[in-house]
Amino acid sequence: MAQPVAPLVTLTGVSKLFEQGTKALDGVDMRLAEGEFASLLGPSGCGKSTLLRIVAGLAEPSAGAIAWLGDRAPARGEIGFVFQEPTLMPWAKVFDNVALPFRLVGAGGGEVAARVEAAIAGVGLAGFEDAYPRQLSGGMRMRVSIARALVTAPRLLLLDEPFAALDEITRFRLNDDLRRLWQERRPTVLFVTHSVYEAVYLSQRVMVMSERPGRIVADMAIDLPAARSADLRTSPAYGEVCRALSRRLAAEVAA
Amino acid sequence: MSRSERLTRMLAPLGIGILLLALWQAAVAIEHVPAYILPGPAAIADSLWRNGPSLLASLWITFRITMAALLAAAGLGLLLAIAIAESRWVEIAVLPYAVALQVTPIVAIAPLIIIWVGSNFFSLLICAWLVAFFPVVANTTLGLKSADHNLRDLFLLYGATRWQRLWRLRLPTALPYFLSGLRISGGLALIGAVVAEFVAGTGGAETGIAFRILEAGYRLEIAKMFAALVLLALTGIAIYGALGWLNHWLLRHWHESVLRREP
Ligand SMILES: Nc1ncnc2c1ncn2[C@@H]1O[C@H](COP(=O)(O)OP(=O)(O)OP(=O)(O)O)[C@@H](O)[C@H]1O
Ligand SMILES: [Mg+2]
Repeated sequence: MAQPVAPLVTLTGVSKLFEQGTKALDGVDMRLAEGEFASLLGPSGCGKSTLLRIVAGLAEPSAGAIAWLGDRAPARGEIGFVFQEPTLMPWAKVFDNVALPFRLVGAGGGEVAARVEAAIAGVGLAGFEDAYPRQLSGGMRMRVSIARALVTAPRLLLLDEPFAALDEITRFRLNDDLRRLWQERRPTVLFVTHSVYEAVYLSQRVMVMSERPGRIVADMAIDLPAARSADLRTSPAYGEVCRALSRRLAAEVAA
Repeated sequence: MSRSERLTRMLAPLGIGILLLALWQAAVAIEHVPAYILPGPAAIADSLWRNGPSLLASLWITFRITMAALLAAAGLGLLLAIAIAESRWVEIAVLPYAVALQVTPIVAIAPLIIIWVGSNFFSLLICAWLVAFFPVVANTTLGLKSADHNLRDLFLLYGATRWQRLWRLRLPTALPYFLSGLRISGGLALIGAVVAEFVAGTGGAETGIAFRILEAGYRLEIAKMFAALVLLALTGIAIYGALGWLNHWLLRHWHESVLRREP
């Protein structure tokens, strides 16, 4: 499929060799179009988290290059990152956890408070502003983490298996929330998951990574209607796409 | 914990204590042990009552030294821990000396300090501080280095300054470690103060409780010695309890160690 818009970020030949000799990535080529929802599938340990950290600027590639649209690397708060674990500060209330990105740039006041409140309400946690993470369920903590990633209205949203530890009902609901949010605000999303079904349900495009050292070995456009809801999950079209992707995954990973 | 269980928890140690005291008293009475070897609990209580005010005045002096040493250990220990955690260079350069001071017995250093500084409040304070210092440094350093890796990444992602990382991430993470170091130091500071007083061995106006123990020993006033020991032990327990309460109060909202699951 041709890239519809100019890529927000382009990775060329990105490799990562860890000091003690593990080669995690080997020549990753990847383009993310502005405003697209792309997923990354691959076996455990193939370097997905490493790749996400490199895109976020938290790790340096050992070889290869990252180019940003207009040569402008994202500023503070323009990238939202959701880790595999909720990664909240246990000593801070929900409000303060979500407000962290603002506090770190020294912003405060009524407008910030309103945005934080809105982000918390946006993930369905209105009324829990004063709760400590400890008082929340696993799914609620994950939603706090998502609210924190969204509160700055980032241009690029990186999610590292955010729903892996959740039960199916919660996961489906958070899937729908995430998809709705994406349709409203159109950030660029790179979503790492182990689930073929989740990837297909959410994405416009799914990339498949090989076993370690990871490379992108398949890149599949998801041809499904933009409006996705519970009905889609049971539709034959959805099943067909999932089957096709599973087959690609099995073939590529075995190869 | 149910009401009855709480009651048992209070009564069980109390019961054991009373039983032991009764046995002690009985043994002393039956065997006619002389009071200058082992006085019975009744004689000790009597001595505590008669010498209470003067012993308490001495205890107050030792207590002040202990508290000052503990505060100094907390403050300076925290500062050194921050320096160590923030700079590898400081760690490499300073840590060996901190360890050396820690492993050298205070009884061996105290005479030197007393010779240099003189036998006064400050020399005793320094001795008590020396033993109380290390647990705070070691625990707090560990805590400062224990910040969650993903949270560190998050702070990096939002461009946090070094100061913000310290203040908003490393210090809160280290708080429980610091407090548990402080609890160890509380007991050690008291021991340090007592040891230093023993070594200094001065009389005069400002006599701490340890000197009163020595003095009572010389005069074979064993009951008074025991009375002073009782006060000393109670002080140690009170310090430990107060620090435990502080720990609980500061961490009550979030730390696993103080949270109880609601049934
Ligand atoms: N900091 C590091 N130092 C050394 N090796 C590392 C480091 N981080 C990751 N690795 C190695 O790099 C490889 C890829 O790790 P990564 O976490 O990116 O995998 P992943 O695809 O995210 O796996 P999973 O799906 O299980 O989360 C692994 O073999 C891991 O051992
Ligand atoms: Mg991972």
